[in-house]
Amino acid sequence: MKIGAVGRFLLPVLLLAGLAGCSNIEPWVKPYERDRLADPIMALDMAPVSSSYIQHVYEAREGARGGEGAAGGGCGCN
Amino acid sequence: MNTGRAKETAILGLLLVVSFGDAHAGVLPEDRADVLYHLYDGGGVAIDGPSILVRKQVGKSTSFVTNYYIDMVSSASIDVITTASPYSEERKQWSLGMDYLRGNTTMSLGYTSSVESDFDATTYSLSVSQDMFGDLTTLTMSYAFGDDIVGSSIDPAFERDNTRQYYGIGLTQILTRNLITSLNFETITDEGFLNNPYRSVRYADPTVGLGYSYEPELYPNTRTSNAIGLRAKYYLPYRAAIEAEYRYFTDTWDIDGHTAAISYVHPMGPWTFTAKYRFHDQTGAAFFQDLFSRSQATNFRGRDKELSPLTSNTFKLAASYEFIGGAEGWGFIKKGTVNASIDVLNVDYHEFRDVSTGALLGEEPLYTLGADIVQLFFSFWY
Repeated sequence: MKIGAVGRFLLPVLLLAGLAGCSNIEPWVKPYERDRLADPIMALDMAPVSSSYIQHVYEAREGARGGEGAAGGGCGCN
Repeated sequence: MNTGRAKETAILGLLLVVSFGDAHAGVLPEDRADVLYHLYDGGGVAIDGPSILVRKQVGKSTSFVTNYYIDMVSSASIDVITTASPYSEERKQWSLGMDYLRGNTTMSLGYTSSVESDFDATTYSLSVSQDMFGDLTTLTMSYAFGDDIVGSSIDPAFERDNTRQYYGIGLTQILTRNLITSLNFETITDEGFLNNPYRSVRYADPTVGLGYSYEPELYPNTRTSNAIGLRAKYYLPYRAAIEAEYRYFTDTWDIDGHTAAISYVHPMGPWTFTAKYRFHDQTGAAFFQDLFSRSQATNFRGRDKELSPLTSNTFKLAASYEFIGGAEGWGFIKKGTVNASIDVLNVDYHEFRDVSTGALLGEEPLYTLGADIVQLFFSFWY
């Protein structure tokens, strides 16, 4: 069971890493077109201290967990 | 007596290290400090306390973050009033994290310690984020290890261990100049003493007047869960944003869950208003029953209401006011906001019954829970 879980974890990573290494994708949203994405209202996690607290409440009140994180949230705006 | 706290504590350590490790690959997180007061009030339980978060960059490529969090609990929940006595207790949690930026890669380390009278949790985490394709894509891989010690206020000699491993992959993708999306996959495995040392299950017992008695719950020693979450945030034709979220959850205890949310963010001068609706629906754990047919009726048994099939709805309203901003700031502080929010949570349990009503066996109404969650906090950027 554990090996399966780790395998599922690694496979897409290796695929993406391979893609990143071989390709030369031209960014289709240019840096000067990212002003709206850089607006604080577009942050995937506007207040980390608040969102982690409220996630904690849901973890406590419901049977589900995980999968809600803002992974990176990197918009490359700066 | 501490009933119903163990699971919450164990998960929080993971949440914090993962959430606060929310680094933008290629860019270190902003220096900021947050001072928050939180209050949860519902179902006979009141939990409040502060949370203080400080993040500071040191040198050109390293950022440190620390958080101190307290829960002050006063509980007369449905579990407590039916099988135990109301109690008060305190939980203190401290965490430290570090992000190190090198080129387009951010490496993060985290440590969290949570201590209460009968439950200690320690979590270590590691994550790597990589920006790709002209910074349109951020890939994050994370791993965390949690180690819990479960005690009992009734029996000082009682001590059990849990370990937890967390594997996460996240992909954040800019799709257009107005649309950012993220996809997260998380697997969590638990091993050890996973039930609550205080909680009981109810079984039919014709030898007593009530028609039922209680015995300790007994959970499997392992649990593996998988969750996949998708989020999309869109900048509207005027200055406002709309966000949609969906998560599918499944685990080896046979809980399947669907969670969806939609939110709207609207700035107006120094104000920012947010409204959100969230829906969650889940099936129950295979070993959950509100009333077992007899004592030790099944190998595993639980009556934790969170393991019952349930549906929850939450409405949120939040307001933020920027009182320090513009070009001048206040000394070294560039920006400051004061923020308030309320979440109104309602949970309908589809199999967990309210035995406190004194209704006849099998005719008790299904339990429902309403809770208000209030947050007040100041944020400063420097």
